[in-house]
Amino acid sequence: MSLRREESTLRKLRDLLFSAVKKIRMEKTIKKPVTTRLEVLKTYKIYIGGQFPRTESGRYYIPVNAAGDKLANVCLCSRKDFRDAVVSARGAFSGWSGRAAFNRSQILYRMAEMLEGRKAQFIEELIRQDSTKAKAEKEVNLAIDRLIYYAGWCDKFQQLFSAVNPVASSHFNFSVPEPTGVVAIIAPQQDSLLGLVSVMAPVIAGGNTCIILASETKPLCAVTLAEVLHSSDLPGGVVNILTGKPAELQSWMADHMDVNATIYCENNSEVQQLIRQKSAQNLKRVFFYAGKNWESPEGQSPYLIMDTQEIKTTWHPVENIAGAGGGY
Amino acid sequence: MALTKKKKAARSNTIKLKFDTSWSYDPAPESKSAASIKPKYDHFINGSWVKPAGGKYFASINPANEEKLSEVAEGNEADVNKAVSAARNSYEKTWKKMPAKERAKYIFRIARMVQEKARELAIIETLDGGKPIRESRDFDVPTAANHFFYYAGWADKLEYAFPNRNTAALGVAGQIIPWNFPLLMAAWKIAPALATGNTVVLKPAETTPLTALKLAEIIQESDLPPGVVNIITGAGATGAAMVNHPDINKIAFTGSTDVGKLIQRAVAGTQKRVTLELGGKAANIIFEDAPLDQAVEGVINGIYFNQGHVCCAGSRLYVQESVAKQVIRKLKDRMETLIVGDPLDKNTDIGAINSRQQLDTIQRYIKIGKQEGAEMYESSCRLPGKGFFCRPTLFTNVAQSNRIAQEEIFGPVLSVLTFRTDDEVIEKANNSPYGLSAGVWTDKGSKIFNLTKRMRAGVVWANTFNKFDPSSPFGGYKESGFGREGGLHGLLPYVNLIS
Repeated sequence: MSLRREESTLRKLRDLLFSAVKKIRMEKTIKKPVTTRLEVLKTYKIYIGGQFPRTESGRYYIPVNAAGDKLANVCLCSRKDFRDAVVSARGAFSGWSGRAAFNRSQILYRMAEMLEGRKAQFIEELIRQDSTKAKAEKEVNLAIDRLIYYAGWCDKFQQLFSAVNPVASSHFNFSVPEPTGVVAIIAPQQDSLLGLVSVMAPVIAGGNTCIILASETKPLCAVTLAEVLHSSDLPGGVVNILTGKPAELQSWMADHMDVNATIYCENNSEVQQLIRQKSAQNLKRVFFYAGKNWESPEGQSPYLIMDTQEIKTTWHPVENIAGAGGGY
Repeated sequence: MALTKKKKAARSNTIKLKFDTSWSYDPAPESKSAASIKPKYDHFINGSWVKPAGGKYFASINPANEEKLSEVAEGNEADVNKAVSAARNSYEKTWKKMPAKERAKYIFRIARMVQEKARELAIIETLDGGKPIRESRDFDVPTAANHFFYYAGWADKLEYAFPNRNTAALGVAGQIIPWNFPLLMAAWKIAPALATGNTVVLKPAETTPLTALKLAEIIQESDLPPGVVNIITGAGATGAAMVNHPDINKIAFTGSTDVGKLIQRAVAGTQKRVTLELGGKAANIIFEDAPLDQAVEGVINGIYFNQGHVCCAGSRLYVQESVAKQVIRKLKDRMETLIVGDPLDKNTDIGAINSRQQLDTIQRYIKIGKQEGAEMYESSCRLPGKGFFCRPTLFTNVAQSNRIAQEEIFGPVLSVLTFRTDDEVIEKANNSPYGLSAGVWTDKGSKIFNLTKRMRAGVVWANTFNKFDPSSPFGGYKESGFGREGGLHGLLPYVNLIS
């Protein structure tokens, strides 16, 4: 009983404090002399096929942080936006998977460079999305380092996971990883920058293209990251970033017949079941990264690259090895 | 001068082979006496033979003469429960704790016993499934033994398989296999599961359960601890009970894409791991510079091997236009020489279709092909009066959109299409929901690599087709399923990686 009373007193105190702060803030704005330069606000758009359109639906939503500040008028993407993004991801696939692994490595490294250069902006956005300064700095640093980590893997994981197979017949036989194709990703809702980078990087390092639905409540960094990608020589369509509500889009993302894999990062068993069921439609590969601590070492691994790889085995006859008989 | 030479060469190259000579093959049947089949088989659970809970049995027949070979138990939920709890019990109490090198020795022992009983297994495989004895004897059985032998050696070396990771077994694996390579598929499933420390409940297909039950006898004889491998028989309902069983950690399925999708849906919402090895509609591509005679041999092997009951069969042939006429003629000539008939005869190339149901499916597709306007050709061979047989068949004038070019027929029916450029044929080859296998025939190395790289398929054969080996990973892209069987990569579906 007394506990509850204490709680309500505390709540009242907090409300008082908040309104006081608000008042001071408002007074500040009002008192500012009219000659001060008006800040230019950024429009948070989505990223499809290397361009920054608004959602075709014309809809928006307004995520709000813990202090009650409106973050932005964010695009509320539709099923059609997702389908458009799949078209551009599919279109970019053969070019991206066909590039030299070394070149992909350089592009991922370039992303890290660009992110480093715009660190301040990301830290500021993370703080607006309820992070502290220290936490935000750490998250951006980790995200940059994660890109570097996967940049290095681009032309190495194949060597680790390939095999020359000693078949008994007179054939040369080898197995190599190849990208699965187009990957639909519902990015982690909490680590809005680090989580997104951690699921995106292994997918594109391996030569896949993807469509990422950003964190619903913390979408700012995702959109700004698109600008980083855009200035990193990443071909348009390799990464497409949408904003909106997973609850609206997840079913379509798992359902689409031209998507080869789905990645989902939350610990919601109902959604997991839905995604696995829908993905059966065309036998998408499904990966759940729930409960992964993206800050820890388990947040990065070449095995995450291998999740969206297929193994291709190639055979060719060898003529007459040591009289073993050859030919076709 | 040059022109006439060329003409002459072309002419000498097109001499029709003559087969209407007085040469013929005498019958050379393999003796049935080297094999013993019991009149009735129960489930193999916890190391002994257990009567089916429902008391029901069903017949397994010889598709070459429709005679009953034996009766096998029909599994229901209670049987599945029994088998799973035996597998769980032996996993927890015995198999998990056994030193890996001892585990290996059991698997080696099974491999050896399969070799020792190779002749018997081959005969039973042919009787039960209808495949030519030459295939059972020279391919199915030895490859099955080799598969056990290959994976046996992995059991105590798993720490080398995955860089910077150790492995942990999953627990109980439920394995459901098809009727086209009954014993070989059992080996593909059981061997890696045991090597990685899992225990097994395996269900063979309802039309071909006998070699798996023979394998159960071998397993019993090998003194493998009871419950490590359990083999239960039954049809779709038995398989469904396995898929839905809460105490199975992993489902490995080889079969049709439709059933694969059902399984994927059924396990949604569970923690079960799944690998699916499903259907295919492989493109086999012949370029004008290919060694055509070898290519034709490869195409014949690609589609008529095992009556075309092969998920990776080369059922879509793409021939470059400039050589299409020549290749089609050579194919027809070669088809004419194929001996269709008694599977037990050592001269037989094409045996019996596995079941009445499958024969109906094939005949339905042949009808569809004709209705779609494609031109049918079949060899003129005489078919036996009894049993399920189908002549080797090919269709020309096939369009990419025709159902016989899109859907898996799973029989000795080849669809022939033509192309002009590399890009065109890659586009056509990849225009399929499947992605299990592909083939390319050309003498140009750089072209081979262009094609093998760009074709979206898990196994690509260049200047060869339908080759398999225990050390070579097998499995599909896209709707042909996921996961690999064989080789180092075939271990992953049966382990958790731990750092």
